[in-house]
Amino acid sequence: MSRKIVSAFAALILAGSASIASAQERVVNVFNWSDYIDASILEDFTKETGIKVVYDVFDSNEILETKLLAGGSGYDVVVPTATFLQRQIAAGVFQKLDKTKLPNITNMWDEITNRIATYDPGNEYAVDYMWGTTGIGYNVEKVKAILGTDEKPTWDVLFNPDVAAKFKDCGIHILDSPTDVVPSVLLYLGLNPDSHAPEDLAKVEEALLKVRPFVRKFHSSEYINALANGDICLAIGYSGDVFQARDRAAEADAGVKVDFSIPPTGAQMWFDVMAIPADAPHPEEAHAFINYMMKPEVIAKASDYVFYANGNKASQQFISKDVIGDTAIYPPEDVMKKLFTTTPFDAKEQRVLTRMWTKVATGQ
Amino acid sequence: MSRIGSAIFNRLVIIIPYAWLLFFFLIPFVIVLRISLSTTAVAMPPYTPVFDLAEGISGIIAGVKEFSFDNYIWLTEDALYAKAYMSSVIIAFISTILTLLIAYPIAYGMARAPSGIRPTLLMLVILPFWTSFLIRVYAWIAILKPEGLLNQFLMSIGVISEPLIILNTNWAIYIGIVYSYLPFMVLPLYSALEKMDHSLTEAALDLGCTPISAFWRVTFPLSIPGVVAGCLLVFIPAVGEFVIPDLLGGSETLMIGKTLWNEFNANRDWPVSAAVATILLLILVVPIMFFQHAQTKADGEGR
Repeated sequence: MSRKIVSAFAALILAGSASIASAQERVVNVFNWSDYIDASILEDFTKETGIKVVYDVFDSNEILETKLLAGGSGYDVVVPTATFLQRQIAAGVFQKLDKTKLPNITNMWDEITNRIATYDPGNEYAVDYMWGTTGIGYNVEKVKAILGTDEKPTWDVLFNPDVAAKFKDCGIHILDSPTDVVPSVLLYLGLNPDSHAPEDLAKVEEALLKVRPFVRKFHSSEYINALANGDICLAIGYSGDVFQARDRAAEADAGVKVDFSIPPTGAQMWFDVMAIPADAPHPEEAHAFINYMMKPEVIAKASDYVFYANGNKASQQFISKDVIGDTAIYPPEDVMKKLFTTTPFDAKEQRVLTRMWTKVATGQ
Repeated sequence: MSRIGSAIFNRLVIIIPYAWLLFFFLIPFVIVLRISLSTTAVAMPPYTPVFDLAEGISGIIAGVKEFSFDNYIWLTEDALYAKAYMSSVIIAFISTILTLLIAYPIAYGMARAPSGIRPTLLMLVILPFWTSFLIRVYAWIAILKPEGLLNQFLMSIGVISEPLIILNTNWAIYIGIVYSYLPFMVLPLYSALEKMDHSLTEAALDLGCTPISAFWRVTFPLSIPGVVAGCLLVFIPAVGEFVIPDLLGGSETLMIGKTLWNEFNANRDWPVSAAVATILLLILVVPIMFFQHAQTKADGEGR
């Protein structure tokens, strides 16, 4: 027993001295979403460049933002969602990318880059990692039984009180995030999905309060398990999360089949982008990492692993048929046209939005 | 050890808890208080004023002049905050009472058990802590959900025909809090009851007390310090609880932890969330001081 303890201490001391010795070694500290990369990509990067990757993960934009705003996070590459990126740029969190160190940027896909420019004018601070949509995750068999059709569900199932009522017992989850839900409600109401006007938000509140009695829960992550276990029928959720639920349900093989619908009237698009904090300790290595991630074969491998679309046009020929051929991941052109982006709320508008949301979610 | 040595040692022993309070309570609290008097800004960190220590005293004075109580005034203008505080206190109060009702018999049984098996019983109370708190709360989802273990069991023995809706209601929150905080109630109760001289109860019985009145007139009063300590240990964290209501509660459950989360993360308003936290602290400190006061008074009378 004591020998084990001694060897454990020895290992600790060795580990400590190793990190001291490696002060000369080139390192890049990456902070990305959990379960969002094929680990072999990081090994390949180290093999090719000799730069060691210290990889750390987070599970919400808020956690990332808090670390970035507090300063001195020590990260070299971070992956915020574009809606958060804009205000983080305004707060001075990021440094401009040195495009001369990013020759692979020519591989990027205009369609995506131009849309990201809404948040990052001139694409000076960030490049796309993955992108997706906010749509409807649903239990295929149960929805078919209730609606009596094979058609993929539209926003009606969530926002039309007469239809939503039929799903009350089966269960509906809604993301507990006004910025991800309100634009879709605005769209359903025939208003501008990017409206920040208080009178439009009042209409959203009214519409949501009508379907509120049929919603089991407002939560931003529980729906993944709930869909996979067959506990709920419908959820407004992020494409990748729903695919995760679909895969878990398939693995469990308990007769639950989950799928994702991008409603034909349109859906909100989101982008996770790579950026370099202003106080990054290794900006040189950060550029090397981002440049590597823009290699077509590399990012294609990442997409194959996480089942998300990426913003790299040149990579599309390398992506497996399962991913590139899935219209819920890479929607056809006519659907692409219906996808919309939204601009962030400023502090005052955000307060109105959050207050409205609290009223919808808690009834207070 | 020499006399001087032991004097120094005694000083050190006193300094350590005070230093602990200073570094891990007082200084963080002053930082929170200072942020609560600031204004939000689009910057790093997201509020002003930020003190520039290089400017020395004059910089600090200039910053202090910018302080305002607007955030506290804001909290009174929207009934949401008052409702959230109230509902947190009520949920914490009910949970504390339920925990006490369940923990007391457990602690009593443990204190009366043969001394040989007491360490094992203590161990059993602490055992759940060996698994992550989060995993244990998630496990309750599987137990309480409509197709969960509890409903399956009750339906199979024919007690109910329709599944009970417990998950995502306040009942689930009570269950979660009572379960999670039970050891914090059992341990102080046990230590109070175990120290108790059993011959006092015997004397009461000999003098004609019924077992029930002997309990209420002898055992319970002597265990009051344990009851107070246990109740505080449960009530205080339960008021600010975030994880249990988030996972087990419904969307309509309004608790101050969630309100704080919204202010901090959704509105990115660190000053208002700091003000919410400061008020929360005051709500918690007042009852503690009240109890402390009552207890010192009781101790004084006892002598």
